[in-house]
Amino acid sequence: MNPLLRVTGLTKSYGPVEVLKGIDFKVAAGEKIALIGPSGSGKSTCLRCLNFLEKPSAGEIHLDGERIGVRLGRPMNDRQLAPQRAEMGMVFQLFNLWPHLSVTENVAIAARKVRGLSAREARELALDMLAKVHMTHRAAASPQELSGGQQQRVAIARALAQKPKLMLFDEPTSALDPELVHEVLKVMEELAAEGRTMLIVTHEIAFARDIADRVLFLDGGRIVEGGPARELILSPREPRTQAFLRQIRH
Amino acid sequence: MNRFIQPYVDNAGEWLPLLLEAMGKTALLSICAFALSLVFGLLLAVCRNTRWRWLERGVALYVATVRGVPLLAILFLLYFGLPGAGVTFDAFTAAVLALALAFAAQVAELFRAGLMAIPAGQREAALAVGFTPYQSFTLIVLPQVVRISIAPLIVTFVSLLKDSSLASLITVDELALTGRAMATEYFLPLQIYVAVGLCYFLIAWPFSLLSKRLAPPAAR
Repeated sequence: MNPLLRVTGLTKSYGPVEVLKGIDFKVAAGEKIALIGPSGSGKSTCLRCLNFLEKPSAGEIHLDGERIGVRLGRPMNDRQLAPQRAEMGMVFQLFNLWPHLSVTENVAIAARKVRGLSAREARELALDMLAKVHMTHRAAASPQELSGGQQQRVAIARALAQKPKLMLFDEPTSALDPELVHEVLKVMEELAAEGRTMLIVTHEIAFARDIADRVLFLDGGRIVEGGPARELILSPREPRTQAFLRQIRH
Repeated sequence: MNRFIQPYVDNAGEWLPLLLEAMGKTALLSICAFALSLVFGLLLAVCRNTRWRWLERGVALYVATVRGVPLLAILFLLYFGLPGAGVTFDAFTAAVLALALAFAAQVAELFRAGLMAIPAGQREAALAVGFTPYQSFTLIVLPQVVRISIAPLIVTFVSLLKDSSLASLITVDELALTGRAMATEYFLPLQIYVAVGLCYFLIAWPFSLLSKRLAPPAAR
């Protein structure tokens, strides 16, 4: 079976600095993948290259058989990229909710403006998505009135409303107070149980172990080791993976 | 005190219509100039953020030049100078243009500061849900810029209103010129200039209050 996402030879340089040095992996539909690694290992950059928020220097990304960011051998601009980006939901470390719009409108606006739903349909969809992240009770609120954990759950609802083929999570709990991490992880766990395809950059090793099917360990812009989550985290083979996991436990 | 007040009582019937008409002219001049400076200013601010280096440099040069030259010089250049190059404006048009050109630079800087105040993540989140760059700007970035800029824009309008008095020097019959004419006619400069000052204040005061109300809490 064809993989849903295929990444081959992905590299990214900022001037002379090579942040990604050739990343290859595949994600099957319904699979949950955790990207772990020390800070500066390139895992966030890798995720941001998938929907071209960062333009890769080289390499190919295919989603559902379609080449992302390149058409007829030419790089696409942001306008041409828009429909491809809409296929991938993205959740950011800093939530990035839009402060001038209500919670409902944050979730509904793209459905109207990108997918052309009517105002009523978009609102219903938004309320459905807010129910999924247990935020219906704050539908009329302004994002600034919410806690970090609540904001992140709304941001997840916003991404879900795209009906994406793939969900990208860029350190979704790193900016949260410790007591708020749990509510976001719980929502993600529920999404995982629905069989969604998820790619998660995270420092929550226990979460990765329990939720992910596979874990990829990145260091120095390369995938050092990848394998079934439990196996890789409990008995890593590579010395660098061992050192990282030892460090993170202490 | 009575000697100060009495002339107002005696002349109210003649002064009020004159002052009201002049106030109208000042308001019209200021509003036209400000509307134009909003349009110019937004264009300049957007040009300043483009990929085209030469456009960016040109705008920076324009802003620096206009800020370094007195408004009076721009006004005289347009009204007395340009006819030498075959371009003639009537006094009112010249005043509107001069004010608009000068204040567009300030408005542009305000919008630019507003644009820079919006975190990059706002636009990234917009692109990520599938918005085009145009949609990201108009639906997500611009409304936030307007919201941040509205209070300082009103402050700018008030200073434009006051600077519009310079138009009196190129014969626009607005408040300041009307005041000068009245002062000579009635030989009551003290009373008349106090009245003129009050007229400016009456237009400006509500806007000052409004800008305070609209300013974000931290700036109050």
